[in-house]
Amino acid sequence: MANVLAFSETRLGELRRAGLETVTAARQVADATGGQVHAVLVGAPGVAQHAAKLAAHGADVVLVMEHDAFTHYNPEAVTATLAARLGSGYRAAFFAASAMGHDLVARVAAKMKLAYASDVTEFTLSGDSVAVAHPGYTNKIVQRFVLKATPALISLRAGAVLPAESAKAGTVETLTPAVEPASVRVKVTLTEKAAGGKIDLGEAPVIVAGGRGLKEAANFALVEALAAAFGNAAVGATRAVTDDGWRPHSDQIGQTGRLVSPDLYVACGISGAIQHLAGMRTSKTIVAINKDKEAPIFKAADYGIVGDVMEVLPVLTEAVKAARAGA
Amino acid sequence: MKIAVCIKRVPDMEGRFKINASGTGIDEAGLKFDMSDFDGYAAEVAIQITEKLGAGEVTVISLGPDVVQESLRKALSMGAHRAVQLKHDAPVSDGLAIASALAAELKDGGYDLVMCGRMAVDTQNRSVGIFIAELLGLPVISAISQLNVEGGLVKARRELEGAYELIECPLPAVVTIDEGIARARYPSLKGIMAAKKKPLDVKPAQLGAVTYALEKMELPAERAAGRIIGEGKDAVPELVRLLKEEAKVL
Repeated sequence: MANVLAFSETRLGELRRAGLETVTAARQVADATGGQVHAVLVGAPGVAQHAAKLAAHGADVVLVMEHDAFTHYNPEAVTATLAARLGSGYRAAFFAASAMGHDLVARVAAKMKLAYASDVTEFTLSGDSVAVAHPGYTNKIVQRFVLKATPALISLRAGAVLPAESAKAGTVETLTPAVEPASVRVKVTLTEKAAGGKIDLGEAPVIVAGGRGLKEAANFALVEALAAAFGNAAVGATRAVTDDGWRPHSDQIGQTGRLVSPDLYVACGISGAIQHLAGMRTSKTIVAINKDKEAPIFKAADYGIVGDVMEVLPVLTEAVKAARAGA
Repeated sequence: MKIAVCIKRVPDMEGRFKINASGTGIDEAGLKFDMSDFDGYAAEVAIQITEKLGAGEVTVISLGPDVVQESLRKALSMGAHRAVQLKHDAPVSDGLAIASALAAELKDGGYDLVMCGRMAVDTQNRSVGIFIAELLGLPVISAISQLNVEGGLVKARRELEGAYELIECPLPAVVTIDEGIARARYPSLKGIMAAKKKPLDVKPAQLGAVTYALEKMELPAERAAGRIIGEGKDAVPELVRLLKEEAKVL
């Protein structure tokens, strides 16, 4: 028996897409080992409602841990519980490469004194080990590791595995916290969505990002209008722009910000500093609009328009609206 | 307030990287090095705390060969008070082994706060700060974008995907630093002169057992060269056509 655990991330009672990606990844490994997928759902009472969706994506068992003290992320209680559970024998465990997943997988690894691989883009089961690819050096180098320890602890980059349905029983079992969830040292006192209920950068199929070429914060309205025209787009920014306070730091794409790879990335008034390219060069299609035809962004872009973003964006926004209306 | 900051010397990411003959490292010839971005933010935050209090001490610690002294001296010239090099000449990529050596140095140091960057920008593993906390039995808050230390409590903010959370824990604690909190200052001439007289101790690193190894490094496939399709707003119809018909993203 070589079961595989998937941590299915929720936030404020909602199941995140990353929570289905981990179940899908676990299903792939379990199908190879002949084991079961055990998906873990943690949250305030009521979070068990998502069990059916996890079953549809391949969970044989859904381990549910509900408690008022899980309304917010409770790193210490969840870590202690998962470490104890994983110690009972699992082949691998998948977490999301999200803020929560990065924190949790490292805590579990530390508790179990095991190596782990973070932000994994590829994984292959081979015999007793799991080979993984993990980007480094601002995504300029692929680092390949072999995790020999059991369980192999992995945080999975968003989009590395897409959620796929594979209906299983999804038998709900109660997971008992290994420590009293209310008496922990690290306490999250508030979880709040960013204003506007925007699509997250890590999950958006399209990202429209703006740089200094927009000249002032108010002109980000043009970027937002284009994002709205696509209908499924998030807005990102360069470090120069977030440093100047035009956009929140959470919108920053680049070496020290978010690493994204959407289907379409539209860079508006962005010169293409290496800091920025590091965060978006793996996007499937890249469009650049910039006044300076020598700007490095044009080397990274599939399609470039040399021109003033202030002039091009409103026309592009109308054209995208028209194209979508006609589609 | 005694604060320790763990810093890593990394290559300048502006560089073009080549894989070395071993296949598991980069060719360092011609590259510039500096402390990892997030570690610089951590050093800055620690220095600001002691400046604001008008009291306290910042110790910077780095593991590696003698060249890491450059990064330690830079942190001293920014305003850190003393430095420790945990000397180890061979490359090591195992976060747990590194954290063990750092924890051994930190254990009896009487630190109220241990700070690290949220990840090293070269290996991008995000492990060492959290591993140190576990080894020392301290609470840890990772990847924070705001920090207040008051009344024996750490109060912090962490950016999530499309959200944020507020977190607190008692001191002593470990925190790892994200974007948004501070930029590392440029050392002043006065700072650089003062740094030369500050203590920099060199001790052998007590590395923990290595639990995994890097098998191979590869350069990712190059993107195919793109093309400029036109100038100004007149190029928009062609762009929309390409997005629809060629890229099929519209």
